[in-house]
Amino acid sequence: MNPAQSTARRKPATPPPPVSVFPFNSGSLLSVSDLTLEGVGRVLTRATELEQMSPLRRGSILAKRRLALLFYESSTRTRTSFELAAKALGADTTLVSSLSSSIEKGESLKDTGLTLRALGAEGIILRHPSSGAAWLLEASTRLPVINAGDGMHEHPTQALLDLRTLVMHLRPGLREVNDQTLAGVTVSIVGDVLHSRVARSNMLLLPRLGARVLLCGPKELLPDMATSSGPGIEIERDFETALRASTAVMMLRIQAERLAGLKLDLNDYKGKYQLTGQLLATHAPKALVLHPGPIIRGMEITAGVADGPQSMILEQVMHGVAIRMAVVERALTSAGRPAAQEPKKGDLA
Amino acid sequence: MTAIAILGGHLMDPSAGVDAKKDLLLKDGRVAEIAGPGKLKGAAGAEKLDASGLIVAPGLIDMHVHLREPGQEYKETIATGTAAAAAGGFTAVAAMPNTTPVNDSPELTRWMQAPERGAAVRVFPIAAATRGSKGEAINDYAALRAAGAVAVSDDGHPILKDNVMREALTAAARGGLCVIQHAEDTRLSQGASMNLGAVSFKLGLRGMPSEAESSIVERDIRLVAELRDLHPHLHVAHLSTAAALTAVRQARRNGLRVTCEVAPHHFLMTDEHVGLYDTHARMNPPLRATADREAVIEGILDGVVDAIATDHAPHAMHEKEVEFEYAPNGIIGLETALGLSMRWLHGEWKMPLGRVLSLLSAQPAALLGLKGRGTLAAGSFADVVVFDPRAEWVYRAMEGKSKAKNTPFEGWTMQGRVRWTICEGRIAYAAAM
Repeated sequence: MNPAQSTARRKPATPPPPVSVFPFNSGSLLSVSDLTLEGVGRVLTRATELEQMSPLRRGSILAKRRLALLFYESSTRTRTSFELAAKALGADTTLVSSLSSSIEKGESLKDTGLTLRALGAEGIILRHPSSGAAWLLEASTRLPVINAGDGMHEHPTQALLDLRTLVMHLRPGLREVNDQTLAGVTVSIVGDVLHSRVARSNMLLLPRLGARVLLCGPKELLPDMATSSGPGIEIERDFETALRASTAVMMLRIQAERLAGLKLDLNDYKGKYQLTGQLLATHAPKALVLHPGPIIRGMEITAGVADGPQSMILEQVMHGVAIRMAVVERALTSAGRPAAQEPKKGDLA
Repeated sequence: MTAIAILGGHLMDPSAGVDAKKDLLLKDGRVAEIAGPGKLKGAAGAEKLDASGLIVAPGLIDMHVHLREPGQEYKETIATGTAAAAAGGFTAVAAMPNTTPVNDSPELTRWMQAPERGAAVRVFPIAAATRGSKGEAINDYAALRAAGAVAVSDDGHPILKDNVMREALTAAARGGLCVIQHAEDTRLSQGASMNLGAVSFKLGLRGMPSEAESSIVERDIRLVAELRDLHPHLHVAHLSTAAALTAVRQARRNGLRVTCEVAPHHFLMTDEHVGLYDTHARMNPPLRATADREAVIEGILDGVVDAIATDHAPHAMHEKEVEFEYAPNGIIGLETALGLSMRWLHGEWKMPLGRVLSLLSAQPAALLGLKGRGTLAAGSFADVVVFDPRAEWVYRAMEGKSKAKNTPFEGWTMQGRVRWTICEGRIAYAAAM
C-alpha cells in the first residue's frame, strides 16, 4: 500500500532460469548456437576437405552407416543435398515423409523417431513444420539429430552453407575462422523475416564472425523485437538504404503457407522490397545476392537478378552438399567435434 | 464421526485475527472449541493430533481447478484431483466447467458434488456462463446456484461479445454470483502458443500479445461500470499482465467490484522458462515478460491481487510429449501452491504468513461467498490444514497424488510441508511419517 515501502523493498530474488539440457547427443546439430566458433571452423574446413577427397575414399567414411531423412514438409534442395551428402560418404539413407508413412495415420513424432531408431537408424535428419520439433525428436531418441528446418525457427545447415558462400567470395583462401573473419561485412536479410528459419539461423551465426546483420522488411513481416535475438542485428526498413550498406544481400521468399491470416498487399510489397536489376545496379553493384530458395521469380527477386552475375543462388545450392557432408560426418563420427569430448580418434586420419 | 483435537500447534487464522498457540477441537464437521494450550474442555475421547511446531490454519481454497470429470477421466478425476488438493493442503476447490459435456446444467452441477464421485475435499462447481460455453446464450444462473454453483465462467473461452458479457454480469449480479472471465481476445491470439515477445520471436513461435488479456479486462470493467447500480462482481481469472493489473487496480479505486487471482507460475516464471520448447511451460495465459511478472508480484504484495489460484490443469503424459505448438495448455498446481507461496511470497519476498494464507483461503472463500470457510472461528466448518512452515522439500511429480505429472516445478525446492488436511472434520490427507 505504501509506495515508499515498496520502493525500499529489495529487488526480489527470483527462481533461476532454466538450464538447457540440449543437445543430448554431441553429434546433433539443432541450432547454429550448438557450434562453437571453432566448431563452425571445423565444419567449413571439413566441407572443403570432403569436397576435394576422391569419391572412393570419401565413400568409405560412413560406409553402410544408416541415416534416416524424416521429412514432414516438402523440400527439394535440402532433402536432395542431405541425401547426396550422406550417400557420398557411403551411408545408407532412407526417406520417410509425412505423406507416405504412418505419420498420416496419426503416429507421433516421438514414436516415429523411436521406430526409426529401432530400425537401426544411427542419426535422423529432420524437416518439420513446427518450431522446436528437432529438440523433441532428440530428447525422445537421444540419437544425433540434424535439424533440416523446424517451422519458423532454425535451419542451421542453410546458415552454414550461406557462410561458406560468403567466405569463399569475400575471404578467398581463408584457413581459419574467428570473430573477426567477417568484420566490415554487412549482410542484409530482406523480406519475410518473421516466418523465416533461414533468417533466424543466419542472424545468430553471422554476427559471431564479426558481420553486421541488417534486417529489412515491413513491420508485419519484421517485428522490432527481432533485433533482440542476439548481438550485431539491426533493422533498416528502407530497402535502398539497406542495399547501399550491403556487402551481401539475402532475399527471402514470402512464406504464404505461414502467413496465418496475415493480410499483405503483394503489389505494395513488390514495390518496396523486390530486388530488381536497376536497384542492384544503382545501390549495390558489387553486392553478392543470396537466396535460400525456393525463389519466386517476379516476387521478391526478378528473373534478371536471379540469373545475373551477382547471383549466388546456385552456388549456394552447391555449397549445401559440401556443408552437409561435413555435418553428416560430424553426426556419426568424432570428426568435427572437439577432441576432448570424443576419446576415440584416428578413423579419419 | 470422531472428534479431533489438534494440540500444541500455532493457530493462524487471519480473518479472525488469531496468531497464537491454540488447541483446536473439531466435532461434527465443525470447529467446536478453541482454547489455549492444554485448555480444551471437550477433548476427552477425541483423536489427538500433535501439532507442536506446526501451523494450524484454515484449509486452503483453490478457486480455479480443472478436474476433467466428466469426460476426460484419463487426465484426472474428481477423486484423484481432490486427493491432490488434500495433499496440497486444500480443503475445497472450485471446479471449472470445461468438462465433456460442459457443465452448464443444474444436473451436472449436482452430479459433480455427489458422494459417488469420491471427492477427498469439497468440490464447488463453477458453472458455465453461457450454453456450452459458446459465448452466445446465458444459462439459468438461479437454477445453477440452487444446484450448488458458486460462480459462472466460460473458462478456457472468453465471453467476447459485449452484449453477452453485459447480460452475464447482469444475470449474475441478480443471482448473487460472480462472473469469472478468462480474459483473452482470441482475435489477437490466433495460433499463439506462448507470450508474444523477444523469446517467441527467437523460438519461431506465434505469440499472444499482452493486449489480448488487458483489452478484455478493460472492456469488462467498462461494462461493470455501466452496470454499477446492480453491483456486479467481475473476477479476472489467472491475471498475467501488468496492463490488466493496472486496469483492475484502477477499477477498484473507482469503487467497482472487480477482483482477480494470480497463479503461482505467473509470479515465479517468465517466457524465458519456455527454454527450448518445454511443453510444461505452456499454458494459457502464457508465461509473460519480466515486467509483467514483476507487476504481478507487486500486485500480490500490495493487495490488488485477491487470491492465489492454481489453474490446476492436468494432462496425460503423451499429450505433452509432442511438438510445442501441438501441446495442450496447462500445468498441474494443487500440490505445489503452498510450497511455492511459502518459499517465495513469504520466505523470499517477506510477505507476512497471515497474508499468504489469506490469499490461499479466507480471500477466495469471500470471493465465492463460501460461508463458514476460510476461517477457524468457533462454529465454522472444520476445514483445517496443519503444516510445518519451515520444512524444505523437493517436489517430485511422480510422488504426487494427481493423475497427471505435467508440471514445470519438477525438482524445485518447496517450503512448508503439509502434515494433515482435514475437511469438514475428516482427515482427508495425512503425510506419511
